[in-house]
Amino acid sequence: MLRFVRETALLMVGQPSYRVYLAHMAERHPGRRPMSRVEFFRDREKMRYGGKGGGRCC
Amino acid sequence: MRGGISKHIPWIALAIVGFVALLVLAVSRGEPVSALWIVAASVSCFLVAYRYYALYIGRRVMRLDPARPTPAVYRADGLDYVPTDRRVLFGHHFAAIAGAGPLVGPVLAAQMGYLPGTLWIIFGVVLAGAVQDFMVLFISMRRDGRSLGELVRMEMGAVAGTIALVGTFVIMVIILAVLALIVVRALADSPWGMFTVVATVPLAMLMGVYTRWIRPGHIGEVSLLGFAGLLLAIVYGQSVAASPVWGPLFTFTPVQLCWILVGYGAVASILPVWLLLAPRDYLSTFLKIGAIAALAIGIVIMAPPLQMPALTRFVHGGGPVWSGALFPFLFITIACGAVSGFHALIASGTTPKLIATEADAPLIGYGGMLMEAFVAIMALIGASILDPGLYFAMNSPAALMGATPETAAAAVTAMGFPIAPDMLAQTARDVGEASIISRTGGAPTLAVAMAEIFSHVVGGPAMKAFWYHFAILFEALFILTAVDAGTRAGRFMLQDLIGLVAPSFRSTDSFVAGLVATGLCVAAWGFFLYQGVTDPLGGVNTLWPVFGISNQMLAAIALMLGTVVLFRMKQDRYAWVTVVPTLWLLVCTVSAGLLKLVSADPAVSFVAHALKFSDAASRGEVLAPAVSMDEMRRIIFNDWVDAGLCVLFLAVVLSLLVFTIRAIVAARRADTPTAHEVPPHAVPAE
Repeated sequence: MLRFVRETALLMVGQPSYRVYLAHMAERHPGRRPMSRVEFFRDREKMRYGGKGGGRCC
Repeated sequence: MRGGISKHIPWIALAIVGFVALLVLAVSRGEPVSALWIVAASVSCFLVAYRYYALYIGRRVMRLDPARPTPAVYRADGLDYVPTDRRVLFGHHFAAIAGAGPLVGPVLAAQMGYLPGTLWIIFGVVLAGAVQDFMVLFISMRRDGRSLGELVRMEMGAVAGTIALVGTFVIMVIILAVLALIVVRALADSPWGMFTVVATVPLAMLMGVYTRWIRPGHIGEVSLLGFAGLLLAIVYGQSVAASPVWGPLFTFTPVQLCWILVGYGAVASILPVWLLLAPRDYLSTFLKIGAIAALAIGIVIMAPPLQMPALTRFVHGGGPVWSGALFPFLFITIACGAVSGFHALIASGTTPKLIATEADAPLIGYGGMLMEAFVAIMALIGASILDPGLYFAMNSPAALMGATPETAAAAVTAMGFPIAPDMLAQTARDVGEASIISRTGGAPTLAVAMAEIFSHVVGGPAMKAFWYHFAILFEALFILTAVDAGTRAGRFMLQDLIGLVAPSFRSTDSFVAGLVATGLCVAAWGFFLYQGVTDPLGGVNTLWPVFGISNQMLAAIALMLGTVVLFRMKQDRYAWVTVVPTLWLLVCTVSAGLLKLVSADPAVSFVAHALKFSDAASRGEVLAPAVSMDEMRRIIFNDWVDAGLCVLFLAVVLSLLVFTIRAIVAARRADTPTAHEVPPHAVPAE
């Protein structure tokens, strides 16, 4: 329940789940080093506010 | 069918509840009606519409296939494409679509009484708004999560795609201007409100530094710290406003605020995002969701009676808040909440890349919009539980109200909504403002209503001033975030558009191109903001209808795209699902656009207004509210710009209508489906 609220709140501000990202990397790209939690955070932040996408409404 | 009729019984009961509630609202005249009837009517209509209409559209019209991989599945990369739990995604989508629009439009629409707005929100969202969001989400989800411009290009051709992009950019400019205008109207001559909003800038920067260097990525923690800072700012704001030294420093005229906002918009949109935009976005998003939830709970606990009549005499036009009669102007005044074209950009943005299965699309697309409609319903309730005299004193232009409680009370009483001057003065004292007369734009009215509701639940009358400024801060915060983010998005749109002519302009790394595009974007919305701020009729009067027309036209474009796709899928017999709302929106927006051009009434038509002032100017006369020839010339110029915008919007929507009809004719001639869906295996997985 707590995890659900946390993930909802984070995705509301454009941060997808780091846990899911790690799972994806482990499954599909076991050889590649995944981004650290902080790198992941920065990468998503840049994505959301880079201007493209990340839209929101009036 | 398994279960037979019995599974429908609860839904039939719910439908009956909704029907009875609507009936109570429709027939009551004079006697007090509880706001809960509006809540009951809307919630039951929404649930029944979701259970039957949304699922019908999903199963029959779109033929959603839960087994078909979505972009989130076949392109899963853990970053942009992530199959997401539908409840989590619902929160993401709702936070992206709900903004100031659904809070402001219904407040303005209350000038006609609570009934027209309620009916339009309920029927508009069920038959048009939610259908549009759902349809665009579906189309994008089947096409690799592409954006609206690309979708129009794919299904209707390159020219149509470019026209849609130009239209979108202009709409963006108008939205930013009108949002900024609302902030100006809410913060002008209000040192308390201004202080709290100014305080959010250093506060957000501290939060930015915290997430950058001290505890990177700890959003929850930093948001709680930020929230504590906001509460302190509201509490100390009162002493700051009362201080003879600090109070005047935070007191600004509307024109000063206009320049501050333009400067702010330009600087904020080139600062690094982690410093100001991102942390303020955390605050504004969480505050928005929290305040909306609190408002819903507050309304249910308080169960306030509606004080606004069901219908006022302004349904035939002549209202002070905005000009024009119920048809077509009510349907453009409430855009967000009933149907909002801007959602087409969100539904073809991040959401289609996160949806885990096509079976989730009705909940996200249709359900998300129903939730926004509920926010609009709450805003309408807020405006309707206030004394109508107070409502009109707050929302009528200063030119009609005069400056003192006495003149305002006399003017409003003359309109047929009796109120005592003391009551206006007392309300201003209660909420901690010098005056609440002519605080147009909807936000202050909603803030007074929220203060009324919240103080009923927590704190009593002594807390009213706190809650009022809390509500103003909550609205101003996410409007400023939208202005900042919107200027960035507008900059890229403009670079793309100019790039069509001069390709070198498109490079997003080019510092000069970025600076020029940002400057142009700020100048564009700044122009309309300045025009609105200096408009003697208060600006909202002029700009809000232009915004409404443009937003509804974008909705018409999105629904036309949906219609083309349905014909191309050979689902002709279900095309009425999008054709009916498209026609309605075309009728409303085209007639509103034309009235703004050709009506003989200068209060409605920009052209008639320009001609009236030109005539006077050529005779050397200065017409009120202008006080000089210079102002006369500015008014005339602004009128022609606004008229030009209406022509542009009409040209955009009518040319896309031609493309739509051509695409439909071609699709009907073909023997097989011609929709350009992107098959899942066409794109390699990451």
